[in-house]
Formats: sequence, C-alpha cells, structure tokens
Amino acid sequence: MANIRTMTFDGVIVGGGGSGLRAALELSQSGYKTAVISKVFPTRSHTVSAQGGITCAIASTEPDDDWRWHMYDTVKGSDYIGDQDAIEYMCSEGPQAVFELEHMGLPFSRNEDGRIYQRPFGGQSREYGKGGQAARTCAAADRTGHALLHTLYQANLKNNTVFFNEWYAVDLVKNQHGHVVGLIAICIEDGEVVFIKSKATVLATGGAGRIYASTTNALINTGDGIGMAMRAGVPQQDMEMWQFHPTGIYGAGTLITEGSRGEGGYLVNKDGERFMERYAPNAKDLAGRDVVARSMVLEILEGRGVGPDADHVLLKLDHLGEKVLNDKLPGILELSRTFAHVDPVKEPIPVVPTCHYMMGGIPTNIHGQALGQNPDGTDYVIEGLYACGEAACVSVHGANRLGGNSLLDLVVFGRASGIYIEKMLSSGIEQQEASDSDLELGLSRLDKLNQSSSGEKVADLRKELQVIMQNHFGVFRKGDFMREGIQKLQAMRERIENPHLQDKSNAFNTARVEALELQNLFEVAEATAIAAEGREESRGAHARDDFTERDDDNWLCHSMFFPDTKTLGKRKVNFAPKTVPTFEPMIRTY
Amino acid sequence: MLVSVYRYNPETDLKPSMRDYQIEIPGGKDLMVLDVLAMVKEQDDSVAYRRSCREGVCGSDGMNINGVNGLACITPLSDVVKNDKLVLRPLPGLPVVRDLVVDMSIFYKQYERIEPYLQNDDPVPAIERLQSPEDRAKLDGLYECILCACCSTNCPSFWWNPEKFVGPAGLLQAYRFLADSRDTHTDERLANLEDPFSVFRCRGIMNCVAVCPKGLNPTKAIGHIREMLMERGA
Repeated sequence: MANIRTMTFDGVIVGGGGSGLRAALELSQSGYKTAVISKVFPTRSHTVSAQGGITCAIASTEPDDDWRWHMYDTVKGSDYIGDQDAIEYMCSEGPQAVFELEHMGLPFSRNEDGRIYQRPFGGQSREYGKGGQAARTCAAADRTGHALLHTLYQANLKNNTVFFNEWYAVDLVKNQHGHVVGLIAICIEDGEVVFIKSKATVLATGGAGRIYASTTNALINTGDGIGMAMRAGVPQQDMEMWQFHPTGIYGAGTLITEGSRGEGGYLVNKDGERFMERYAPNAKDLAGRDVVARSMVLEILEGRGVGPDADHVLLKLDHLGEKVLNDKLPGILELSRTFAHVDPVKEPIPVVPTCHYMMGGIPTNIHGQALGQNPDGTDYVIEGLYACGEAACVSVHGANRLGGNSLLDLVVFGRASGIYIEKMLSSGIEQQEASDSDLELGLSRLDKLNQSSSGEKVADLRKELQVIMQNHFGVFRKGDFMREGIQKLQAMRERIENPHLQDKSNAFNTARVEALELQNLFEVAEATAIAAEGREESRGAHARDDFTERDDDNWLCHSMFFPDTKTLGKRKVNFAPKTVPTFEPMIRTY
Repeated sequence: MLVSVYRYNPETDLKPSMRDYQIEIPGGKDLMVLDVLAMVKEQDDSVAYRRSCREGVCGSDGMNINGVNGLACITPLSDVVKNDKLVLRPLPGLPVVRDLVVDMSIFYKQYERIEPYLQNDDPVPAIERLQSPEDRAKLDGLYECILCACCSTNCPSFWWNPEKFVGPAGLLQAYRFLADSRDTHTDERLANLEDPFSVFRCRGIMNCVAVCPKGLNPTKAIGHIREMLMERGA
C-alpha cells in the first residue's frame, strides 16, 4: 500500500449539504458505520442559502392538492427531458420526506390551522395546468434552506454520524474492475492525506456555479464531485443545462428568492412596465425561470433596461406592505439593504439573471446509483458509486428546474440513496480492494500539485475561466461563438493542470484547496461547453440564437459527455412512470 | 488602503505577527471586508481564512474587524474603516489554527451539549405536527443563528469558562428548543443546565447582542432560561 493511513467505513458521503446529510442520516440510523466528509463545517454548505422553500403536494395551503399535478408541472418545466419515473418518485415520495423533516424539528412557517405554510412559486399549477396558479412551496419564512440544513445536521448529531469536517475529497479510488472502493481525502487542518475505504461512496458535492463570473452560488461551489467522477471516467449528463435565476442582485449576484414574486412582487423595465405580461400572459412573473430570465435579457437587449448602462431590470415589492415583507421575506430585506443598498419596503431591487443551478451532473437511477453507458446505449451501474443532490442528474429537472424542487430533490434522493445503500449493505456486499497502483492514480493529482515549482497563479486562471464561460455560454448561445469559447478553454487545460502552488505548508492550507477546486471547475466548464455546442436546438435553459426551436426529432433526449474522449453522446429519457400515464411532450407556454 | 492581517503558521512561526498589505480599492466602491481579503490573498495566497456563502448566512467568516467581531462578507468598509486602515484578527478567545482560522471545537462542543434537536416522545403523526402561528412566532429570533461564534467569542464569561459556560450561541439554541411547542423534553433540558456555570455565568453585559450579525438577542433568551430554571427550582 502507498504510504498513507487507511480508514474503513460501510458508507462514506462526500458533502455535508442537504443531500449528503439526508443520506448520512438514513445510514447512521440503520447502524452502519457512516462518515461524512465535508470541506466546510456542514452548516456552511450551500443548501443554507436556499430561501423560498421546498415544493411538495402536502395539501396544506392547497387542501385538494395532488402530487400528480406537481409531477405534471415538473415534467413540463423540464421541457420534457426530465425522466418521468424519477419525477414520479420524487413527487409521490415527497410528502413523506417533508413530514419527516418537520418531525425532526424544521421550523416551518404555519397557517392558521397549524399546518405548514405554502406559497405560490413559478411553474406551479392545479389540475394539470388547467386550474390556475397553485401554492405548493413549503416555507420557513425565506430561510428554508438554513432551517432545513441545520435541522438535518442536528438530526445527524442525534444519530451519532461521524463527521470529517474541513476535510477535502481529492479523487476517487477505482480498482481494475471499475469498482469505486473509496477515495483520497486530505485533512485541511493538518494536511494529512488518507485513503478512505468504503463499500459505498456517495458524491453529494453540490453544484459548480463558480464556473461563471456572476453567480448566486457560494464560493465553495466548485463541482468537486463532478471533477472527481470525470477523472474516474464517469460520463456526465445534460451539462449544457444551467439555470440562470431571474433575480440575482445586480452587481453582487446574491439571490432574491422567487418567493418574492410568489408573494406578489413583479418585474418592471425602465418604463415601469410589468413586461412579463407580454411574454407569459397567464403565469406572468411566475412562468418558468428559463422563460422569465430570457424575457429579462430581451428587455435589456432591446434597450428597456434600467441604470446608466441599461443592463438590469427592477423587482418591485413595496406594494406588498411592510408587514408582509417582514413576516414572509425578512431575509430578502436584509440582503437587499446589504448588497443593493435599497430598502424593498420603499424602492425596487435592481436584478439581473444570474447563474444559479446545474441541472446536469452524474447520471443516476432513482436509487442514487451512478450510471455509465454501454456501446449499445444501455445503462450500466458503476459499482460502489452513488450521487445525489445537485451533483446528480436523476434527472428530475431536465432542461429547467422549477423553483422549490431542488430542496425536494436533495431530500428525496439523499434519502433514497441511503435506503438503497442500507439494503445493499444488509444483503452482505463485500468491500472491494484497491491495488497500490489504483491508489497511486488517486494520489497523482495531489502529488503533482505539491511538486509544482512554476506555473500561473490560481486566482488569475480562475478569473480567466469564469470570464470565458460568462461570455461564451450565457443565457443566449450561438454555435460559432461557443466554438471560439471551447478553443479558449482547450488552450487553458495545460495551464490549469499545472498551476504554481507556492505555499506547500500543511496547516490549513487554503491555497492548495483552491488549486484543486480550480481543476474541478475546469472539468465542469469544459463539459458544459462541449455539451452546449453539441445540442443543436433550444430547450429549457439552453437557448441558441442559431437553433431557436425545440427539436424533438433529434434532441428529446439527454446529452452524455464522455470525459475520456471529450465527446458528446445521447441517452434516452424515461417516459414510463409506474402509476400514471406518460405525460407526452407538448408545446410549452406559460 | 493599509490592510494589517494577523499571521500565524504553526509550522514556521514561533509566535504570531501582524503583516501589512497595501490594497488599491477601486474608486467609488464600498467593498465588503471579504472582498478586500480576497484581494490580499491574490497578493499572498498563504493567507488563510474561512469563507463560503459570501452573503451572511453560512457563518464561516466571523473575525475581528478593526476591533469588533463581525462577518467579513456583510461588513462594508464604510462601516469599519477609519484613517484608511483595516486590521483583521481571528475571533478572540479561541486557539488559532492558522492566521484568521480559529479552532472552534469548544464552541461546537457547547452547542452539542444542549442537545440541539427536537425531542418529542409522542407517536409520530401521519402528517406534520401542528403548531399555531403564535407558537411558531416564538422561534423567531432564535432559529436564525448561523453558528458564526461572533457572540461567544465576544463574551468574557465564555473566555474564562469555555468548558463550563455554554455561551450565548449555545444558550440561544437551548432556548430555541425550550420555546418550541413541539418539544416535550423541557424538564430534562432544564435539568441539564441547572448548575452554577452553564447558564448563570452570564452577567448580562450584552456583548453578544452588540456583535450578532443576524441581529439576534442571546441575552434575552438567556433571561428566559433563567426564569424557567428559577420557576423549576421554586
């Protein structure tokens, strides 16, 4: 064995956000030796920033609500490339998963009857789109992610989950048979490198919004799990699908929840016109996020933007009154005052579409098992590897995620992964072994970095990467311009693989972590770029100037990016839910 | 602007020192302290500090900014900088791991000690447990804590007795569960706090309230716990 310490667990979860903690809880409750590896103390994970809520048909504010209506909305929202078996599972299991959170203590806001408060969100309807706007998003004021993450961390404390806080996962260890047998991790505090061996490795590492210059995402959202998976040869699905949230604070990028429009806020252009009435006459400001974001950009491009550079629009909330704003949107008031220097009680908030969510990721089935693809196009399970939450692509979001569905996704599929792993463990799966050379491979990236004596600065390379992505792969995309972007990225690979790590100390070396993160960002960015150029149509969040229409004949499918060859393939979308008829693709209007 | 940063690397430094950086602030911009720290790190990538959400909700970047504890990401320069100088030190009272990074183990241990999770022995209902809006409102000002430790590391009682005094952050969460109509372990929770140190070392000087970046009031919560303990003892 290479000269490092080995630690052994039944299940190891990489990531201490919502999905990782939910998976960990399921496993630790069943008594299996479970470890969570998190590069930050778990409550500092990005789930904490989720605001508006968790969408789920618990039939509280909407007493006759039906999970199948939620399913319909989600399928439509995905622009029909969400997998219907997975969406069916999420929407039907959702109420149970949400009630469990409440039982753990999540401080949901309440209705007069004592039940959980639900608010309207974008893309929600009653009766399969025919019954008007629904109110289906369960909320704890506008701090739902904070409340959810802290509750899950607390539940894990209660169940004695083992935490490796401020440990950074570097790479997966895969053996000659293609089984994932654990991972290499580094303790940030003292620099020790260990092999964490496990029968099941779960990547719950969240998103990678930091590939863009402007994002609502935390600084830690660097796609570490995606990078790790790609280096282990795991394909990535639908990587061109990035959600631009309509309301990031102009200049700062911080998020203003869609719940602010759910509570009655609306967008206006420089003429004070409520322009969404033109683009989505029925749902208006509560159309799908892709639709609203594109409409905003069109307003700006057509000269109706606000400000000296006419480069943003305004979100009006003052008409809701101070009481509603204080009760329902206290966090928004705080963020607006801090980052936009405006008081929403009196004046509108300057907003602009901002990179928010990665719909794509590691392809999985509904048990969280990571999938590869055979030459004949069928799936195979990658033994030992699981993924859930934003890092995974089950896919319940397809080409466009609905607001409030990310928290539901991470709870439902974190839980599902835990349940399935528990089943596998109790059926007696064996720990697979890794050879010295398998381990060396997992250590090679770290070794190379530690030996660097020349090269560029990480901060400079990161900025350059983010600007390329922002300019070439934004809300509207065009083939030749994307090809130019891909060339620029490819010219960066050598430089990004060889940055100069000046500081080689062991104690809390954040420079080393940032260099490793940069390499993950790059893998995500390149996959995004190649997938975006390859999908020659417009669907959901992927809007092309040169292919403006949805093309169901050729692209009613997932894209699959294969990291070893850097090529793009296709994968079938699931149209076979188990208990309801298939929702057939239709023209998508709001 | 002159940015003076507390530096200590246990591998190379016998003792800590302050190191100065000259940072060019782009004209007309009121940056956050965290933005400035990122500019320092561009000059010298060996500077260590924690950060994550950069919007004041994750609690990573609590530090001592020109003498006052706060979150670097939501503290604008205009609030703290005088004479064009910014002095950044780690949160006081906790061991320094490196530079601005402190060892928070004792802080977390006190949080864990109050059993920060809902405890209810009644059978679980098929739907959610009901709670009136009035009962839910009792959790406002309590559940929002982000565990940044600005308060506890600003508290002399916590400096002196970090092993025995729970500290403002832990006690705020203790009261969050005492105040929750869904929790049935009030008596056990109070018993766990009934000693001269856990709660009663609070002297009510409100240093915690003065620095809480979320505007919460641990002193008030501690007052409620005191009352509950007195009633229980009476």
